[in-house]
Amino acid sequence: MNKKLIGYVALFGAIALLPALGAYPIFVMKVLCYALFACAFNLLIGFTGLLSFGHAAFLGTAAYSAGHAMKVWGLSAPLGLAVGTGAAAVVGLVFGLLAIRRSGIYFSMITLALAQMLYFFFLQAPFTGGEDGLQSVPRAPFLGLDLTSDLTLYYVVLGVFIAAFWLIYRTVHSPFGQVLTSIRENEARATSLGYDTARFKLLAFVLSAALAGLAGATKTLVLGFATLTDAIWTTSGLVILMTLVGGMGTLVGPMVGALVIIALENKIGDLGSLLANLTGIGWFNGLGESVSLVTGLIFIVCVLAFRRGLVGEAMALWEKRRPAR
Amino acid sequence: MKAFRTTLAAAALAACGLAQAQISGDVIKIGIITDMSGLYADIDGQGGVEAVKMAIADLKGMAAGKKVELLFADHQNKADVAASKAREWMDTQGLDLLIGGTNSGANLAMAKIAAEKKRAFISIGAASSRLTNEDCSPYTVHYAYDTVALANGTGNAVVKSGGKNWYFLTADYAFGASLQADTTAVVQKAGGKVVGSVKHPLSASDFSSFLLQAQGSGAQILGLANAGGDTINAIKAANEFGITKTMKLAGLLMFINDIHSLGLQATQGMYLTDGWYWNQSADSRAWSRRFFEKVKRMPSMLQAADYSAVTHYLKAVDATKSDDSDKVVAQMKATKINDFFAKNGEIGPDGRMRYDMYLMQVKSPKESSEPWDYYKVVQTIPAGEAYTKLADSKCSLVKK
Amino acid sequence: MTEFFGIPLPALLGQLLLGLVNGSFYAMLSLGLAVIFGMLNIINFAHGALYMMGAFFAWMGLEYLGLNYWLMLGLAPLAVGLIGIVIERTMLQWLYKLDHLYGLLLTFGITLVVEGVFRSFYGVSGQPYSVPEALTGATNLGFMILPNYRAWVVVASITVCLAVWALIEKTSLGAKLRAGTENPKLVQAFGINVPAMVTLTYAGGVALAAFAGVLAAPILQISSLMGSNLIIVVFAVVVIGGMGSILGSIVTGLGLGLIEGLTKVFYPEASNTVVFVVMAIVLLVRPAGLFGKEK
Repeated sequence: MNKKLIGYVALFGAIALLPALGAYPIFVMKVLCYALFACAFNLLIGFTGLLSFGHAAFLGTAAYSAGHAMKVWGLSAPLGLAVGTGAAAVVGLVFGLLAIRRSGIYFSMITLALAQMLYFFFLQAPFTGGEDGLQSVPRAPFLGLDLTSDLTLYYVVLGVFIAAFWLIYRTVHSPFGQVLTSIRENEARATSLGYDTARFKLLAFVLSAALAGLAGATKTLVLGFATLTDAIWTTSGLVILMTLVGGMGTLVGPMVGALVIIALENKIGDLGSLLANLTGIGWFNGLGESVSLVTGLIFIVCVLAFRRGLVGEAMALWEKRRPAR
Repeated sequence: MKAFRTTLAAAALAACGLAQAQISGDVIKIGIITDMSGLYADIDGQGGVEAVKMAIADLKGMAAGKKVELLFADHQNKADVAASKAREWMDTQGLDLLIGGTNSGANLAMAKIAAEKKRAFISIGAASSRLTNEDCSPYTVHYAYDTVALANGTGNAVVKSGGKNWYFLTADYAFGASLQADTTAVVQKAGGKVVGSVKHPLSASDFSSFLLQAQGSGAQILGLANAGGDTINAIKAANEFGITKTMKLAGLLMFINDIHSLGLQATQGMYLTDGWYWNQSADSRAWSRRFFEKVKRMPSMLQAADYSAVTHYLKAVDATKSDDSDKVVAQMKATKINDFFAKNGEIGPDGRMRYDMYLMQVKSPKESSEPWDYYKVVQTIPAGEAYTKLADSKCSLVKK
Repeated sequence: MTEFFGIPLPALLGQLLLGLVNGSFYAMLSLGLAVIFGMLNIINFAHGALYMMGAFFAWMGLEYLGLNYWLMLGLAPLAVGLIGIVIERTMLQWLYKLDHLYGLLLTFGITLVVEGVFRSFYGVSGQPYSVPEALTGATNLGFMILPNYRAWVVVASITVCLAVWALIEKTSLGAKLRAGTENPKLVQAFGINVPAMVTLTYAGGVALAAFAGVLAAPILQISSLMGSNLIIVVFAVVVIGGMGSILGSIVTGLGLGLIEGLTKVFYPEASNTVVFVVMAIVLLVRPAGLFGKEK
């Protein structure tokens, strides 16, 4: 138990020190938001065994609600985040009640269908601003802290992330979490033991939706806007990729996956130039236009060779070496 | 065990931050963020980056005695990515000029950041006129075109040449709606009438159903208030169903790349408004052939605008001998633009660059003498008529 | 003139016919997907990209080799089928025993790579391709004018759909295919080369997508993005029909075309979304789709 605690303290301590090491705070905050999104998604797929194809619906709902709350109603940041999370939880409840009735691929397709319908609503609703997006969301104060400084915002966001991560950790290691794992492994047996699996699945679904919402609301706070991209089906695909690359069913995996994918999206041009300078091959300079191509290659490689994700494979390697010690 | 995982994660997180450059003081940094891989990749995209490189090279890579450097990034049509990249460049790379390529949503987000960080921002490729109205800022310059100019150009000219009854096929998107609204206002003012409209979802593949509705309305003109793949599919279907025999097509937002992909057979006779055409003058032709050698495609209005805008900016830097955005933008607004791209170009207090636009008509296959020779210039629309007049502007910076 | 909800009857009939035309196209496109899922248990997300390849090959055949539409109607599916064999042998075969998810993710990755490659060579604006000589012009049906090419699309699609259905349900080859997926070891014990059959099934499925691509080439923009616009709709069609049911996807494709056609008249903005509403309703009422069997 102590080793684990030390491990997590070291991890979050390192993240807290990143700005001092020269990392760009806005980039890391963006990664943290998507990492939370991926961790929330992982709660559903990695620990409960339910694959949702429409998780972006929760990210988008919260992003728009929080943005609207902070911009139009002038609420403070904690209230704005609460509004976003609450809205996502409500949507999660509605989607969950409908989707839980089915299993496997049919569950996934219902979540996709519902997310598409919600996307259509966002497209039509005037308050979202359509494809122009909900712009100019102010950085309202957080419990008295002025968030206009990027650094202050950074520690607030990190705090929110740590709190949410702790919640996920406690959920997974609680009796509730054990039941979820048993549902993933063998639902019929769990039912035969007397558990109302539908209720457990619904609860997990709503929790996952709410935390995904928290990620979306925080992202709106950081970036100052919410757009249709937050609710579109390709974002649902993105979070699946992040979880796959990082490692489904591990706690830290989705964080690593989010880092890899967001770094890819934002930094591939820089990476290309770096590779071009190192190797002298001019072709690498063109890497900047090929985000989707590189993403596709990563998908293929991960599915064929790294099915357990980066963290999952690393853990498996570690386990293999242990007896030799 | 956990320690291993932790170190792995921490190392990964740290690595991401370490490749940061120093803040520059002695370099003029220009950054361009545009769509390089999606729907709008051809009309701006990598070609736009090449155009900017040409502009920098033509001024010997120097301005006011300092070296000029170029950064570029693909926003993948995500405002998230555009805004984060813009912010990062301004905070850590000392960016002096941000150029926004296609996609209005991304441009609006970037304009906000440029205003907050007080850096010059030139939007080339966004259609939304909000950039110089409700969302104007002292640091935003909107170059090339906007929905108002397109409406004024095509709307007026088509009505005057006899097309009085209009039916709109509109993309169900904010820019489609504003294009339809702006054009409707112009058509009605010129004495025409709008008999109906239908909204189609973005990226609808099949337009036959909407076109049938358009045909049923009996209007003379079919106004296409959409862009890119939607316009192309609509025109293909219009030809197939013989709509072009009873109605004339007016493309409200079209680029030469669209005509190239449709072919002249399908598009001949169409009216459209454009700010620039590669074959419109000798110096345009000369520049375009240079561009063609690098990109293997003839430049669109946006790519030429990229070159012109960056040249104008760098000359302003030279003149003021500084990279302070307030001074440079003021200088850009104080000097006129007269190059192969724009005649009588002037940037107003609202940031809007007003210049003469042209009403073009697509040539028939017989009239075209070489590949990409697609347009004939029918009419010049003077800057004062094409763009929103300052008196009507909703920008807070305009003193009325 | 009679009117239905404010729309005159001839106009409504015209819209319904157009809906049927689109529906037959959907049926054609979802057929390959249904075959692949029914036989291989793989959710082939790459279907859209391979459809795009079919359209591009049709254009390339004309542009580089001077081969006309009719030749490419046969050659493009063959070429894409060969590519399908390569994909199946090198990548898909390792995933059959795993959860559906991995096949979906792998083929999604393949889609991104294929689209990226075509985009880097040809851009996104599209390539010009005209309707073949023999099919130009239109017929006046009284209530509307239908282009001859669209009539051809309906005929070709329905013919191919029925032929494939007959092949799988009524011939001995089809019986062997179906047996091979239910119990591969037993069928292999009879001396039938099951892995080869599986490979050919995948190749056949993607060849159908390519065929749809060639059909689409004269009427839709041939660009690297054309597949991604259609893929989730096609998915929805297969799911509504019942994954693995070939008749299901044919009937659903046609039905969806009609429903979309009506939506385009009464609430056009929602015409891309109505398929998802239908899917949600169908899945809640009939868990395995209209014609599917719950596994």
